Amino acid sequence: MRRVVQLYKSTIGKKIMMALTGVILVGFVLGHMIGNLKAFQGAEKIDAYGEFLREMGSPIFGHGQVLWLVRIVLIVAFIVHVIAALQLTRVGQKARREKYAKSLEYEASTYASRTMRYGGVFLLVFVVYHLLHMTTGTMHPDFQIGGIYHNLQVAFGSVVVAGFYLVAMAALGFHLFHGVWSGFQTLGLNHPRYNRYRRPLAVGVAVVIALGFVAIPISFLAGILS
Amino acid sequence: MQLVLHVWRQAGPNVKGAFATHRVAANPHMSFLEMLDSLNEELAANDEEPVAFEHDCREGICGSCGIVINGVPHGPTRGTATCQLHMRKFRDGDEIWIEPWRAAAFPVIKDLVVDRSPLDAIVQAGGYITARTGSAPDANAIPIPKDDAELAMDAAACIGCGACVAACPNASAMLFTAAKASHLGLLPQGQPERDERALKMVSMMDAAGFGGCTNHGECEIACPKEISVEFIARLNRDLFKASVMAVE
Repeated sequence: MRRVVQLYKSTIGKKIMMALTGVILVGFVLGHMIGNLKAFQGAEKIDAYGEFLREMGSPIFGHGQVLWLVRIVLIVAFIVHVIAALQLTRVGQKARREKYAKSLEYEASTYASRTMRYGGVFLLVFVVYHLLHMTTGTMHPDFQIGGIYHNLQVAFGSVVVAGFYLVAMAALGFHLFHGVWSGFQTLGLNHPRYNRYRRPLAVGVAVVIALGFVAIPISFLAGILS
Repeated sequence: MQLVLHVWRQAGPNVKGAFATHRVAANPHMSFLEMLDSLNEELAANDEEPVAFEHDCREGICGSCGIVINGVPHGPTRGTATCQLHMRKFRDGDEIWIEPWRAAAFPVIKDLVVDRSPLDAIVQAGGYITARTGSAPDANAIPIPKDDAELAMDAAACIGCGACVAACPNASAMLFTAAKASHLGLLPQGQPERDERALKMVSMMDAAGFGGCTNHGECEIACPKEISVEFIARLNRDLFKASVMAVE
């Protein structure tokens, strides 16, 4: 533990923690996206899938226990990811107090890399809204516990809500693209033979996950799902 | 060719600086520094203070002449230092913005000259090997694979100019530190102190007030020696290994 604390004190250590928690979070959004696609199999299938998530680990574990273990891991990963990001942002700001008068020409960085921090804050806001909207139902006009398909149907009946989800998923796509590529660098996973696959893999992860997520609100808007 | 220069003028470390506009006639065959020399001659002739800028070898190997030109460290040509930039890369009538490296770790000494000694401090912290002094060792006494030697040389091409810091949106010195750690870490002579080197150099880099790397890749483009960000991944790996795997 002392070593982990020591490592975390350095900027590289904070980034390594961001990369490791990032791996957990990417795994989660991928699983979440695949689960969501069950909406296309109808209300019964996706509602049954929701019930399965609570029953996971049965009969060794009780109702909802494994789900809560997963949630705890995710919450901890999320918090570490955000705190490390905030600390690194602060270090970066302090490292250049005086700005260039003629701002730097960007030649290698991408839109995704430059908006990582803003996009991250936006995603944080989205996650809070999304939990209150689809998990607790606090911000949902007609929330039914376990009635996943019904909840989606009502929520995405509103163009504003569906639109907000679309924008958030675009932000997630950009965040994932730079995050995945950057993660390879930070974890030191480079090799002359495989380096050329890192960018395409990052694009693939970002596009597949973002498209998988937006498929649901778009389908409700377009009337493919109803 | 006639040029309009907006040059950063700052009398000393703790005073406020500002841009001064100078008009200068340049010859397209001049190097960028020769163009500044000719401006300075004019200023001196008019009893004005010449523009302070750092320079030494003027052939791209000493690393002294770092200037941000129109928002690009070392100017528009890739793989060159400011001294290797020629005025033929500009057009008659161009306006050119000339600024020092901007990083909290590099305070301005005067005009375009900054204090880059934090880079020396990083090298002093661990960018060395312990070797027996005395007579020179036999050449090729230690076999080194050709590819490793080449890669080590790529990293060792770093001239310590600080363009990577200047170009980084976070003013991070990761490319510099990674190059200095890697050119030793790739060779057998660098192995005994490899873990310690990563720990000490990174800790000095952070203490000196540089930012963290967010993998934008701007440093690699700005580097006059075109050092690859792959060395950054290598340093990250070395630090991780040194922190977690070390026996002690």
